[in-house]
This record gives sequence, C-alpha cells and structure tokens, in this order.
Amino acid sequence: MSWQPIILTLELAALTTVILLIVGTPLAWWLARSGAWWKEAVATVVALPLVLPPTVLGFYLLMLLGPNGPGGWLASLWGARSMAFTFEGLVIGSVLYSMPFVVQPIRNAFEAFGDRPLEAAATLRASPLDTFFTVAVPLARRGFLTGAVLGFAHTMGEFGVVLMIGGNIPGQTKVLSVAIYDYVETLQWDEAHLLAGGMLVFSFTVILTMMMLEKRIGRGGR
Amino acid sequence: MSLSVHFHGTLGQFALDVAFEAPGRGITALFGPSGCGKTSVLRCAAGLQRLNGRFALDGDVWQEGRTFRPTHKRSIGYVFQEASLFPHLSVRTNLLFGHRRTVGRGVPEHIRLDDVVDLLGLGHLLARSPEHLSGGERQRVGVGRALLSQPRLLLMDEPLAALDRFSKEEILPYLERLHGVLSVPVLYVSHDIAEVERLADHLVLLRQGRVVAAGPMQELQADPTLPIARMPEAGVTLPAVVAGREDAYGLTLLRLDGGHLFVPGDLGPQGTARRARIAASDVSLARNPPEGSTILNALPARIVAAERQDEVQMMAVVALGEEGRGARMLARVTRKSWDALGLSPGQPVYAQVKGVALVQESL
Repeated sequence: MSWQPIILTLELAALTTVILLIVGTPLAWWLARSGAWWKEAVATVVALPLVLPPTVLGFYLLMLLGPNGPGGWLASLWGARSMAFTFEGLVIGSVLYSMPFVVQPIRNAFEAFGDRPLEAAATLRASPLDTFFTVAVPLARRGFLTGAVLGFAHTMGEFGVVLMIGGNIPGQTKVLSVAIYDYVETLQWDEAHLLAGGMLVFSFTVILTMMMLEKRIGRGGR
Repeated sequence: MSLSVHFHGTLGQFALDVAFEAPGRGITALFGPSGCGKTSVLRCAAGLQRLNGRFALDGDVWQEGRTFRPTHKRSIGYVFQEASLFPHLSVRTNLLFGHRRTVGRGVPEHIRLDDVVDLLGLGHLLARSPEHLSGGERQRVGVGRALLSQPRLLLMDEPLAALDRFSKEEILPYLERLHGVLSVPVLYVSHDIAEVERLADHLVLLRQGRVVAAGPMQELQADPTLPIARMPEAGVTLPAVVAGREDAYGLTLLRLDGGHLFVPGDLGPQGTARRARIAASDVSLARNPPEGSTILNALPARIVAAERQDEVQMMAVVALGEEGRGARMLARVTRKSWDALGLSPGQPVYAQVKGVALVQESL
C-alpha cells in the first residue's frame, strides 16, 4: 500500500481549508452584515453544494476547467492544456465544494453577536478594520474553528467531484476516497479496510476534538 | 453654550425634530417618556445613526450638510444601557481599549487608569472577565472604559435602566462623584426623573420627537406649565451649603439661595455643598408665620406664579426671601385652601417645608 494518496489528501484538505478561510471570511462578513437585497441569492449559490449531487457540481467544474472553459484558457497561460485532471483543478473544485461548510458557521458566528460590540468599539475610536480584527474575529472564534474543521474534514472525504474532475492520477489527483474505491474494484480488501478504517478513526477523532475544543472556548471567553 | 444639536428626520412612526444647545460643562439630561426619540438623538450625536441636521462641539462641526464624521473619529465616550463590555477581554483590557487608541496615538491624557480605578472602585475587578461581574460592576467598567478614551463629550444612554434597584443605588454615588470631577459635558438620556434630579444640571424635555423645553434644571423644575410639574413626584432640586449644626438635636442647617433649612443628620462640615430635593407635595403655604406648629422649616417667600392642575390641586411657585428674589420652590396645595386664604401671585407667604426628601452630595 502506498502512502501517497493519504499525503495528497492531507495536502489538498489543508490547502483548501487555508484558501477557504481567506476567501470565506470576508464573504461570511459581507453575508452577515450587508443590507443588500441580493445577498441571499449569493448565500444560496454558496450553499448549493449542500444539495447538488457531487457529480453535477463535478460536471460543471469539468466544463469550467476543461480546455474549452475559462480554466483551460487560464491553464494556457502557463502552457498547460487544461486544469481538469490536475491538482490545481482539484483545489478549485474542493474550495467550491466545501465552501458552505466554512462560510456558514463563520457567518452564523458573525451574526450571533449583533451590532453592539462593533458599535462599542467604534465609540472607543477603533476603525472598522481594527474592530474587525480585535473584536469581530475573536468573538467569532468558535465559528472559525467549526468552519475550519468541517471544511478540512469534508474535503478529505470528497469523492464524486474528484472522480469527475480529477480522475485517478497517482500523486496528482488520486486521493484517499478514490484510492479506496480503486482497492475495492480490484478486490484488494485488506488495503481497502486499512484506509477505510483509518478514515473512520480520523473522522471520529476530528469531530470529538472539535466538540471538546468548542466547549472549552465556550467556557473560557464568551 | 458649546454643544449645538439639531437633528430632524423620520424615525419609524413619527417625525423627529430636536434642536437644543447645552453648556460645555455639567450634565445635560435628555428626559422624556419611552419612545420620544431621546436615544436616537444620542445615537445621532455619536454618529451611530444618521439623521439630517447639524452637530457641533465647541465650534467643531461633526455633522452638517454632507459632512458626517464617522463614529470612530469622534472624540466621545459612550455608555450603553447594557454595559456592552467585550466578553473576550479582561476588565483591564476592556478599560484600556479606547485608551490605547487615543493616548497610545498621542492624544493628551486627561484621566489615567489609576484615576478611573479609584473613582469607580474597580481595583479588585481588573483581572476578572466581564462574565463574572454583577450588573452594577459591569456598568461601572463601561463608564470607566468610556472615560479612559479621553472623550471631549460623554454620552450616556440610560446607563441605569437595565439595573435592579440595588445595583442602581450602588452605582449612583459613583456617577455623582463623576459629576464633580469631570470637566467634559455629558449628555445623559433617562426616563427616570429621580435619577435626572440627582445628576443633571441642565434639562432637555422631549416628547414625541420634539423639544418641549430646555434650560437649567431648577428653572424647568419650577415652571408649573411644564409636564414635569404635573408628575406626582414634582419638586425642585436646589444647591445648598452646610451653614451650621445643632448637634444636640442631630440637625444640620443648610443655606439655600434666599433661606435656611434644618435637615436631620450630619451632612458634613460647614461649607460642604449639597443638593436638596424638595417635593411639591412637601411644601405647604401659610399667610402668617406659623405658631404652635411642629413644622421646623417655615421660610419667608413670595408667590410668583400659580397654575391650576386639576379640579382639586393648584401648583404654586414661590421664590424664597421676603423680597422673593431667592431660589424657587414648588408647592402643591388644594384649590380650596388657595381660595380660602385668598392667595395670588405677588403675595408674601411662608413656605412650610415638611421634609427634604433627598439630600445628595454634589461636589
């Protein structure tokens, strides 16, 4: 059995989570604070992966990233033919696919504390940016923790999207879930058992740790 | 006059149009029933809410026409009804939140952490989390935090309204002390007349988004045509100085503008300044100096105005002193006695004070 799929999966999940925290935080802030009438439409787009079959998302991503889509055009800038069936393409797909799991908890956390702490900070001469980092983010830290963990864990387990846009290239796009599928297809039960069991233990540990951390943060600060 | 306020616009159901001037020192209370727009005026002054109008402090215009200075660029301290402390910071870091952003950036330090800690009795709370404070303690920290941001204007939005009676009594003396040492003007929103009478120097009476009257508190209190004179607890709050003592009887003699009053208890050494509250229902009028009465205080005065309140009651305003040039008091008397004694404005009378309901420190 090769470790490659496991390492690749961890890399993908970590990178996806970091990107999602960077992109998702301002998006969650905007969704929580904006008065724009069309923000719920944006929120719905973000939430779509919750409902869509992963293959549908994967199909559209394939169109988007393939040689004839914008992804293909982008790839041509560095001489590649397409972004489908690459690690980069997989990252883009994972970011979209796991976005609701990160944005939603952060948005909820931003909404939970209301206007008052922000108003108080403004009366104490904190600029909006200052307020964001010294008041809003610390107050929403539970949401950030939940979002990061869910985003990471969810990316680790994705299968349908990967199959559509990633294929099964060892070291490039062959992640854990695909590897397990592969082992089962080829009747390598022991390897399948090992990976599947490992995922089970991992998932259990992640969720348990998160719940305990949440409890501690909950007691510590708020 | 150094605070110039004018806001107008629509607020939910009604139109608000509030304009007044307030002095550059002392506490100006915005007083009125719930929903009269007083909190909105305060929020507009802070820039937390925007209505059309103009706002200037010492000639420094914060809002006019298109000019609108955002909240974080206004030199204010704001005390919310609920203290709104930052739950993720300790009491000390809460207190220093605004301080770091003002003194830390070169604003002159008028009040230091130690001063605030002493003034508000916060020493034992500094290391704690706001979660573990009582309501009154939290509000004291909120006041301290606002003061430490070195404001040029302190805005207080019903800071006692969310507290129970016990916490209120605990925090009021601190606010009274504050009143003595603070050199910046305070706008204080309240719907509790007792609180206003203990703290305020100036009064802006609001009703349904309009100013009913504005001016020094004693003047407004002694105006029988205003709605506050119709409240059952109507009365006046007069500055007084301890003029002497009668230790054998446990009494203190207070000097008012135009007269003297005996009050029970020890109110400090001679020269101590106090605030004496005299309720309209505690004052009765007599045409002759009373004889054979147990009432201790009968002050010569002149009737200056009178207003019929209802079928039974008259509200009379008397000015202390034989010439009627001193402080003004309200007296609530029955119309029957009024007519029986043939009282009318201009007449000399004796104001019998049955009780000084509240005597508070005013430094």
